[in-house]
Amino acid sequence: MIHAERYWKIQLASLVIFVGMTMFVLSGCSGNSNQEVSPTSGTITVYTAIESELVTQFLEAFNARYPDINVNVVRDSTGVITARLIAEANNPQADLVWGTAASSMMVLEGMGMLEPYAPEGLEHILPMFRSEQETPTWVGNVAWETAFIVNTVELARLGLSIDDIRCYEDLLRPELTGHVVMPAPASSGTGFLTVTAILQLFGRDTDAGWEFFDRLNNNISQFTHSGSAPATMAATGETVIGVSFGYAGITQQRRGVPVEIIWPAMGSGWDMEANALMAKDNIHPAARTFLDWAISDEAMALYNESFPIIATGGGNNMDGYIGNPVDQLIENDFVWIAENREAILARWAREIN
Amino acid sequence: MIERMKQWISRINIGQLIVLCFMLAMMVMIMVLPLFSLFARAFQSNAEEFVGLENYQAYFRTPALFRSIWNTIDISLVTAFFSTVFGFLYAYALTRTRIRFKTFFRYVALIPIFIPTVVHALGLIYLFGRQGVITRMGFEIELYGRIGLILSQVIYTFPQAFLMFFVTLEYADGRLYEAVEAMGVKPLTRFIKITLPEVKFTLINVIFVCFTLAFTDFGAPMVIGGSFNVLATDLHTQIAGLFNFSMGAVIGTLLLTPAIMAFIVNRITNVANMGAMSAKSTKLIIKKSRGRDVFFFILCSVIAFCFFALIGALALGAFTTLYPFNMTLTLDNFRFNPAQGGIGSFFNSITMSLITAAVGTVFVFAYSYMMEKTNGLTALTKIGKLFSILPMALPGMVIGISFILFFNTPTNPLNFLFGTIGILVMANVLSFFSVPFLTATGALKKLDKEFESVSDSMSIPRWKLFYRVSVPLSFPAILEIFMYYFVSSMVTISALVFLYNPTFRVASISIAHMQAAGDIAQAAAMSLLILVVNVAVRLLYELAMIFIKYKTKRRES
Repeated sequence: MIHAERYWKIQLASLVIFVGMTMFVLSGCSGNSNQEVSPTSGTITVYTAIESELVTQFLEAFNARYPDINVNVVRDSTGVITARLIAEANNPQADLVWGTAASSMMVLEGMGMLEPYAPEGLEHILPMFRSEQETPTWVGNVAWETAFIVNTVELARLGLSIDDIRCYEDLLRPELTGHVVMPAPASSGTGFLTVTAILQLFGRDTDAGWEFFDRLNNNISQFTHSGSAPATMAATGETVIGVSFGYAGITQQRRGVPVEIIWPAMGSGWDMEANALMAKDNIHPAARTFLDWAISDEAMALYNESFPIIATGGGNNMDGYIGNPVDQLIENDFVWIAENREAILARWAREIN
Repeated sequence: MIERMKQWISRINIGQLIVLCFMLAMMVMIMVLPLFSLFARAFQSNAEEFVGLENYQAYFRTPALFRSIWNTIDISLVTAFFSTVFGFLYAYALTRTRIRFKTFFRYVALIPIFIPTVVHALGLIYLFGRQGVITRMGFEIELYGRIGLILSQVIYTFPQAFLMFFVTLEYADGRLYEAVEAMGVKPLTRFIKITLPEVKFTLINVIFVCFTLAFTDFGAPMVIGGSFNVLATDLHTQIAGLFNFSMGAVIGTLLLTPAIMAFIVNRITNVANMGAMSAKSTKLIIKKSRGRDVFFFILCSVIAFCFFALIGALALGAFTTLYPFNMTLTLDNFRFNPAQGGIGSFFNSITMSLITAAVGTVFVFAYSYMMEKTNGLTALTKIGKLFSILPMALPGMVIGISFILFFNTPTNPLNFLFGTIGILVMANVLSFFSVPFLTATGALKKLDKEFESVSDSMSIPRWKLFYRVSVPLSFPAILEIFMYYFVSSMVTISALVFLYNPTFRVASISIAHMQAAGDIAQAAAMSLLILVVNVAVRLLYELAMIFIKYKTKRRES
């Protein structure tokens, strides 16, 4: 019994030590080290919705130029990043937001969470890629746009060729029944920009757009919660056509998957990846440096390797585009979109899904 | 009045009261207050003005949202039914028959809890998707939607059902069975009259645990739910799609209903369960029965085969270049993209899970002890028991957002924890609290109440009794709890997505990101790594158990 008692005493002691050490580690992690704070040094926290592999690539370039700025990145889907920012509104953890949808930026702006800032080189940015104020609250980098990701192997099995899929109406082909996947507009930014684009293209004062979706519904096998999921599903052959955005298809193509990217002939719905400074008591000067870099020629050239449409309007052509890539984008009435958002989503829930 | 106060004080033990209050205060801090900061929004507009029940009215006026409730109840009921039936039969086979390879079957049953729920869905897609292995053999099911959801929820909840039944069925009173045998009672009658009442308490718990887990799970519906909306996906849409925290809070409160019902049912059945185990029980001797053994062996084999098929499908995805278009074998999928956390996230996961398991085990066991063994103070222990069951019904997203709202205010004294591994540990300890609490309570119920009475009458302090008697006697349960915390923390996703710090990523989040980015094969590869670690830890646990049994035997002899 004495042995047993000693045994448990040792157990208890080690437990106490363990918990103590844990506490120590925990408190150790929290203390921010006193780093120098200047426009070219220090640690900044960046929230972004840019795809992970691109984040690494872009940050390498940034750090080659600014080796003393340590960038901590929180990356997630646009929705999760925005929700996290909103929840943290009382005490923002992020210094800046990088590459997150303009529609999210408008929400953050409405809550007074963004600090107006005119980054260096702002004059090169096309007017449609920045917020309207003289000193903008957000500035765009690239556009992401509706694209059909088509699995050519599976498409051939249905007796169709890639030339049969050119515009939105082609999605209504009877052969495609149950073979189209698109993101739901309420939970995915890509879904929402596609829906609003079609409503605008088909005439927003008529019901033509809604009738289109009503018919399209027969061919849809499911509405996903994520904008890139339809592209992934097309790549793995889980669906024949995924309505998604261009870059999601490009990444799959780079993997060697048999998919083609089709930009619909009538024009694509679009949103942009935008940057903004967070309004907080102590704005880190390096955050401004980062925002300047984020729209620099160097950064734009990097973006352009993966995104055909960049905010300076230039850029190289990619397969599938005829002429200037910016022309692929429809004339988006962001004010109309913002005003009708709830009504559109409510009608969608009522009539479509 | 003062007389009565004095009487009351003399009946209670001040030390106990303090410890009990401390435990409750901890729960208030990590659960009640954070939840309040989110759920208060259910009664506020998005501009944070008080609007009473307006949000609930708006919710029930929206048919699309309303339909999700029925969808959720539908799949949860079906899931609870199948998991309970299969869980029971499987546990029965391993405890009350003489089939072979019992240890093997016991392990296989746990496979699903060793990988994230998102991955169950991935595995099912590899099997039953349009390009799935089984679909290609010509057997087609409509995977995306209701059927896929039910399948993946049954896979997810089966191990929990099995484990709870296993523990109960393992302790049988052989005397009862000998007695009815002597009376010549038919096997079926014996089953209905003895075995079922024996597991009645567990049965009710299992049904509610499975129901609640299926009710609130989010991983599977996101990947495989298709257009079939459930409450958990609606919650995601409201918070991360429409940024409508008020409506999100409304759905969050609706998700709590099954847990509160479970609590009420639990209170009723708890009383009926008193004194089920006795110190005079003898070991059950299982009679030979060829027919029975063949039946159960086939059943276990089929279930085990299904789980192996799931893992096999994942391996197929992880080790081939590009399923199904390029089937060359490769290890490239294990070269993880550093942007998604890389292999470092895998070691971070292990660190976080070890700390969670250590902290969680101590907290849960001490908490359960206070709830189970405190004399009097029933009002407080009732509150404590209600607290213990709620975490099961909290989707990770609710915990994540609540933690941000509560801990990320500069005035909160615990604000320093925000953005550290500490907040991740707290979120995990809370997320997985309910099942370990049930395990600990079950173990403590088996300890004779006499211990407490004797120590009280001999004025031996309770804490001494606790660590010299209760802890050693419950050591298997404590290890079980440690295991559960470790394994669950390795695979959890949704709360952490909102709380992780950029410098400390964990593997389960990496998997979610890989899956979302379309790196399905890498997600499968990372899941296999997690599976291997979880199996290894489980093996260590088994070794520890054998060692303990060996030592106790030696001491007895």
